Amino acid sequence: MIRLEYRNVTMRFPAAHSQPVTAIENVSFAVRDCEVVSLIGPSGCGKSTLLNIGSGLYSPSVGHALVDGDAVEGPNDHVAFMLQKDLLLPWRTIAENVILGAEIKKRDRNASLRRARDLLAAFRLDEFSERYPHQLSGGMRQRAALARTLAVDPSVLLLDEPFSAVDAQTRIMLQHDLAQTLQRAGKTALLITHDLLEAVIMSDRVLVMSPRPGRIIDEIRIEMPHRDQPLRRRQHGKVGEYVTWLMQRLDIGQSALDEQAAAGPA
Amino acid sequence: MIGIDRATLVRRGTTASVVLLVLFLAAWEWGPALLGVPHFIVPPMSMVYEEFFRMWKVNSLPFHTGVTAMEVLIGFALGSLLGAFIGYLLGISPTAEFALSPYILALQIAPKVAFAPLFILWMGFTIYPKILVAILIVFFPVMINVLTAVRGVDPDLINLARSFKATRSQIFWKIEFPASMPPLFAGLRIGSTLAVVGVVVGELVGGNSGLGYLLAFGEGQANTPMVFVTIIMLTIVGGIAYLAVILVEQRVLHYMPARAAVGY
Repeated sequence: MIRLEYRNVTMRFPAAHSQPVTAIENVSFAVRDCEVVSLIGPSGCGKSTLLNIGSGLYSPSVGHALVDGDAVEGPNDHVAFMLQKDLLLPWRTIAENVILGAEIKKRDRNASLRRARDLLAAFRLDEFSERYPHQLSGGMRQRAALARTLAVDPSVLLLDEPFSAVDAQTRIMLQHDLAQTLQRAGKTALLITHDLLEAVIMSDRVLVMSPRPGRIIDEIRIEMPHRDQPLRRRQHGKVGEYVTWLMQRLDIGQSALDEQAAAGPA
Repeated sequence: MIGIDRATLVRRGTTASVVLLVLFLAAWEWGPALLGVPHFIVPPMSMVYEEFFRMWKVNSLPFHTGVTAMEVLIGFALGSLLGAFIGYLLGISPTAEFALSPYILALQIAPKVAFAPLFILWMGFTIYPKILVAILIVFFPVMINVLTAVRGVDPDLINLARSFKATRSQIFWKIEFPASMPPLFAGLRIGSTLAVVGVVVGELVGGNSGLGYLLAFGEGQANTPMVFVTIIMLTIVGGIAYLAVILVEQRVLHYMPARAAVGY
């Protein structure tokens, strides 16, 4: 079953004194139920624009996005997104932050709080439910943001570089938490990341985008077990091959390698 | 403040403040005589102290202080409410901001205290012109702070709320309004001190009550201690208004880290 689909999506943004800027052009792909797909590409290639279209915050210039078979015509109950910034509201406790979405959707407050406590317990934050965001570390804040994203029980999670603002050790733990949660809750996710290793160890498939205007130029299926255990995947022998392949597709480091080759052996 | 915990900071700071106060009072009491400054220029502290009690009995000091305090309170409350209301209105409505900003800017540039004689011409020697000057002078810092705060809310926070299908009203009450609280209180702090300025200017220009009136009366009598007492009473009124704002701020912004919330 297809959860999220982009059909021939093109997005043009008006520019003040020039032609409209085409951010993405004719992008089509689908994400199936319980699948985790990563989207990688150079900065400015339109990855975040795709997420905003999927969440209903932007309307594409051409084509459309579908969630659970329905065309996305605005923010909807099927999708929730999480950004690099935790976006926790400083005047709300962690529990109150987690129920923000449920509160806006006018769901029962007591039931929402019970769900929030369960989620916070799952993310080892139950002791901190009555604390304020400034009292938590960066990693804890990101876990709270993830709990908030899951609290509205979306079928699709759109994750825009969710761990890029935390340190390397915290990131490894957050990757583990996210992978476990996605597996346990049976969620579908579209993950944007600049970290090629993260894309490989977290996903079932990786989509590679070209520079602007962004197009899908490659799709790599990650043929490794244990998608819910990124720590184990890190040690898998094929990780290096996938990362090298992605680097080649993105032309990362090629000029430096060419220069080295031209200079001859050291 | 590396290497000093908060308790030590408070203890050392309080001690230094008390020492400074004692030195200041001693310099005030004995300094003028030592430097040969006449009493009608700088009266010693003891003379001002005696004048305070005389004014309390003879010049109805409590009554005049009460009048000024009431005018400050009403002017500050109305000016703050109006400033916050207009600030929020302009913040959430770009059309309203576009239409009104030239007029608001013109009014902001005009010296507000210059309106005092005009208001007295319109309303006579009542408390209303003084309150009106205070409203006008308090309005701008509050309005500008609220407008800037609403405009400065992180667009990602708005998008987060929108992604949950928040209505415009929900975005305002759940995101923009609470996000504007710290700048609003910064504006209220400034407004609380400016309200005293507005009221005193109004009282100085015309009237027969309030500390501004006593100030003008003392000047006319060449009674320097009376002017000193009045200035001290005005400082106390302004200080109480400022502290009241701080106390409310600490309750409302209880979620802020302690240092940022105190910050005065």
